[in-house]
Amino acid sequence: MTELLLIIVATVLVNNLVLVSFLGLCPFMGVTRSPEGATGMALATGFVLTLSSAVGYLLYTWVLVPLSLEFLRTLVFILVIAGLVQLTELTVRATSPLLYRVLGLYLPLITSNCLVLGVALLNLTAADSFVQSVVFGAGAAAGFALVMVLFAGLRQRLEGEQVPVPFRGAALAMITAGLMSMAFMGFIGLVPT
Amino acid sequence: MTLAWAVMVLGGIALALGVGLAIAARRLRGSDDDLVERIDALLPQTQCAQCGYPGCRPYAAAIAADEAPVNLCPPGGQYTADRLARLLGREPEPLDPSRPAPVPPQVAVIDETRCIGCHLCVQACPVDAIVGSHQMMHTVIASECTGCELCLPPCPVDCIALVATPARAQPRTARPVRAVATEALQ
Repeated sequence: MTELLLIIVATVLVNNLVLVSFLGLCPFMGVTRSPEGATGMALATGFVLTLSSAVGYLLYTWVLVPLSLEFLRTLVFILVIAGLVQLTELTVRATSPLLYRVLGLYLPLITSNCLVLGVALLNLTAADSFVQSVVFGAGAAAGFALVMVLFAGLRQRLEGEQVPVPFRGAALAMITAGLMSMAFMGFIGLVPT
Repeated sequence: MTLAWAVMVLGGIALALGVGLAIAARRLRGSDDDLVERIDALLPQTQCAQCGYPGCRPYAAAIAADEAPVNLCPPGGQYTADRLARLLGREPEPLDPSRPAPVPPQVAVIDETRCIGCHLCVQACPVDAIVGSHQMMHTVIASECTGCELCLPPCPVDCIALVATPARAQPRTARPVRAVATEALQ
């Protein structure tokens, strides 16, 4: 139990995949203009993340390792992620057409989000059991959601500020992201390694 | 041997995903959206909110979800209510009497001698039927005006009046900008 809690704290705060490992920067910069879009994207990506790390772990342990096909893991994970993203897209379109319109192109782009593949691959070394791998995926999803929502809030606040011309737009977003990343460095030491 | 297993594993996973997605696609079809578009196309696009919804599209969504009757649109009048009923295969109903009575076809007219060029009515107009720039006299394009009365409240000098137009038998519906532009160019 303590171990699972440690995994969650580690993935959400200490080794936050966006701010510390710099994975998944495309949606982090792309869909954080409004908190609604960021929340929807975080939920959709979180769904794919949790499921893909669970399915990926099962396939790796029960199919690839017994057949000594470990070298196929990247290919298999990409296949699984692509299928899950399609499923998510169908679900979002059926349940919330408005969100579908807000997310637009970024929804199918979850497939190429390195965060998802990265978590599935990191999972193999970080998790020893099925439960741990699911918690690892969910923790990564929660960390991603936290950062997305925080960043969207910051950007919305900055929108109303008088920013010098050279810093407007992407430049300010990059600086904000860098400052956030430095702030998250403060969590190192929270979990004993 | 390894190669055969590799092909079988990848093929099997792909096949399972394909079948799963096909089933999911059939279960979760988003046909609602399509219906909303078709209902929205029949509404007058005045965005006047007299139906109790924030605009025409939310009202269309409510009709599509079976949450609202089709007879709540005063600018559209009986004509729109009948067309909506026909589209949805429902019984035609008279207009809801609790809504403002359907006014006879009317257009807004600006008394140009009193207009101060404040531009407020231009921003209020949902169909871009008012032309004129800041500090200049404004006027209404009668053929585009839907008579929705939304330009009346913002006018600070009350220089806009609505006059009945006997010519039109059916309410105008807003047309796409492209259609209007092509027509004007020809």
